[in-house]
Amino acid sequence: MNRYTILIYTENFIGILNRITIIFTRRGINIDALTASESRLDGIHKITIECTVTEEQIIQLVKQIEKITDVIKAYYFMDSEVVYQEIALYKLPIDSLDASLEKVIRQYNAHIIAAEKEFVVVEFTGHKEDTQALLETLKPYSLLEFSRSGRVAIAKPRFSVSEYLNNQTL
Amino acid sequence: MIRGADIVVRSLIAENAKHIFGYPGGAIMPVYDALYDYSDQIRHVLTRHEQGAIHAAQGYARVSGQVGVALATSGPGATNLITGLADAMIDSTPLVCITGQVAAHLLGTDAFQETDVVGISMPVTKWNIQVRRAEDIAPAIAKGFHIARSGRPGPVLIDITKNAQTDSGEFNYVPCLSIRSYRPYFEVKKDEVQKAAELINAAKRPYVLYGQGVVIGKAESELKAFLDKTGIPAACTLLGSGALSEEHPSYVGKLGMHGNYAPNMLTNQCDVLIAIGMRFDDRVTGDLKRYAKQAKVVHLELDPAEINKNVFADAPVLGDCKQSLSMLNQAVNPNSHEDWMSKFKELELLERESVIANDLSPTKVGLTMGEVIRFINQYKADDAILVTDVGQHQMIAWRYFDYKTSKTQVTSGGLGTMGFALPAALGAQMYDYSRQVICVVGDGGIQMTIQELGTIMQTKAPVKVVLLNNNFLGMVRQWQQMFFDRRYSFTELDNPDFIKLAEAYSIKATKVSEREGLSEAVADMLMHDGPYFLEVVVEKEDNVFPMIATGCSVEEVRLS
Ligand SMILES: Cc1ncc(C[n+]2csc(CCOP(=O)(O)OP(=O)(O)O)c2C)c(N)n1
Repeated sequence: MNRYTILIYTENFIGILNRITIIFTRRGINIDALTASESRLDGIHKITIECTVTEEQIIQLVKQIEKITDVIKAYYFMDSEVVYQEIALYKLPIDSLDASLEKVIRQYNAHIIAAEKEFVVVEFTGHKEDTQALLETLKPYSLLEFSRSGRVAIAKPRFSVSEYLNNQTL
Repeated sequence: MIRGADIVVRSLIAENAKHIFGYPGGAIMPVYDALYDYSDQIRHVLTRHEQGAIHAAQGYARVSGQVGVALATSGPGATNLITGLADAMIDSTPLVCITGQVAAHLLGTDAFQETDVVGISMPVTKWNIQVRRAEDIAPAIAKGFHIARSGRPGPVLIDITKNAQTDSGEFNYVPCLSIRSYRPYFEVKKDEVQKAAELINAAKRPYVLYGQGVVIGKAESELKAFLDKTGIPAACTLLGSGALSEEHPSYVGKLGMHGNYAPNMLTNQCDVLIAIGMRFDDRVTGDLKRYAKQAKVVHLELDPAEINKNVFADAPVLGDCKQSLSMLNQAVNPNSHEDWMSKFKELELLERESVIANDLSPTKVGLTMGEVIRFINQYKADDAILVTDVGQHQMIAWRYFDYKTSKTQVTSGGLGTMGFALPAALGAQMYDYSRQVICVVGDGGIQMTIQELGTIMQTKAPVKVVLLNNNFLGMVRQWQQMFFDRRYSFTELDNPDFIKLAEAYSIKATKVSEREGLSEAVADMLMHDGPYFLEVVVEKEDNVFPMIATGCSVEEVRLS
């Protein structure tokens, strides 16, 4: 099994995410993380899915995803073929903010992005291993809340969805 | 500006839909009201159950090659379509189903007869959509028809809220010709054809398997030309039957669990396997680990997701097989394969002696399903359509029916839906009253949709129903006999008097229990002008052979 990133470009229609996820459900495959957002192109959404499967499975999954009428194009990549990041937010009580915590934040190159009367929110971006490491480090500081996004990714190999759309003749 | 409900009907007319099958209810009533005004341009057939409506639409689509249309109300009306959608999805049947939905402002409130049919039907539709505004109806229907019939066909569901039906909108029908995110066809690549041709030209024991893709792709004459030129033996899948006349010299029989002996056995002896418009269903391949491992595989297929799905293709040819076959026909050498062909003939002889003879001309007292089909062959028209349900009778009818022309086989293949036959036969008959439509069905399956006798009565569709009554859920009983120590757990049926039942629907009915009179009864039925119900009481515990048991390899096909 390998960890793969699937990049999916779709029309922005209701239900499209459901159509994609049932492909996984039906095969009993877990989605490790999922992010959806508008893409650079008007009206086209980009969905990023991370999953751990065999090569045979990923090929099938992507073919099935691409078969969905409202999916424009789907690609899959190994971790080594994508640049990717995840963002994590950590909420800590204001009293825990002492010199040692500040040192941790500096070491990790994390940022305090909000400071309220009762708490601060620290933001940190990286791979899951990195955000996880910071999580473990922050636990002793009476961590109140933690939230982590799915991965966003950019593929290293060159491909262009707009070119693909322009070349659609059929 | 016209009412949304009128837009629905006029869009269907614009798509050239001549027949629609449906059942009314609150949320679709405006459309029914509109249908009242257009009955001279589009014929609505009122079935007795929404499952009947969608199976009828499937039967219609399969024999016409056109998109079948079904109509239902929200909630239970819509959920009653689900089995048919799943069936059409797996058998690639083009359908557009229109369901009514509660008014848009009630969505999500658990309103009366509100069901999330778009959500429920998602895994069993090629595409679906909910329409909430009158002006969006025509574009959705246009898109639906395009998606249903193009590429690998499939069912589409369009859910229309009641307010969209009653509100008014502009109507200017623009057919949908392309969708930017959707690629139904692929240009066939010359190098792929070339590679396939090289394998075929070098082959000593090439073998063709053809499926429904040939029928859907209207590639029957290209397939025939290919076989005429190359002399390669060819076997068909369940849904491929009819794509090639069984009298063609290349034709060697049928594949799969209850197919013929030689075609299964020799799959593991060919050197090049040429699959055309078929998807290597597990009922065809048996154990994949022991399936045609010795062969190089050429796969002509329109759906990219089918290539390498079950069987790895050494030479895939992506694209419509009408195009790829005609290109391949240019590239292959004329040939004949007499020695190889004679292997099929040898094994066929074995099957004739040990199975077919007893099926078709039994010496025992009880009637066999096979001899009924033999008499049907004797009296039927060349282009008669065979519609079957699911079970032993389906396999026997498929094995012995004389398929002479394309689009003569209507059955539930991938889903194996009992209850399919009676409504599907009705739908097939609605397409063409002049064609013989013979519906072969079991005593179990007919009772799943027997209410459609009412639709046959009302439409006077001249369907010939042949009930092969063994008083058992025969196919399940056969498995119980073979794999569960004859423990006949809940498979024996106490049946009603089917003849009285048919007569209650004013359908002429005859029952035959003895060999004497069978031939005449079949002849009478086929000559009868109008619907007919023939019940044949057959041997209770007959089995279908050959058989490849689940998990076995194609070469473990057994004759008894
Ligand atoms: C809707 C549905 N339920 C259950 C089955 C499982 N099944 C397959 S064949 C069969 C028996 C069919 O019996 P009958 O209609 O009498 O036909 P026969 O096999 O006797 O010819 C059953 C129950 C099915 N295919 N479809």
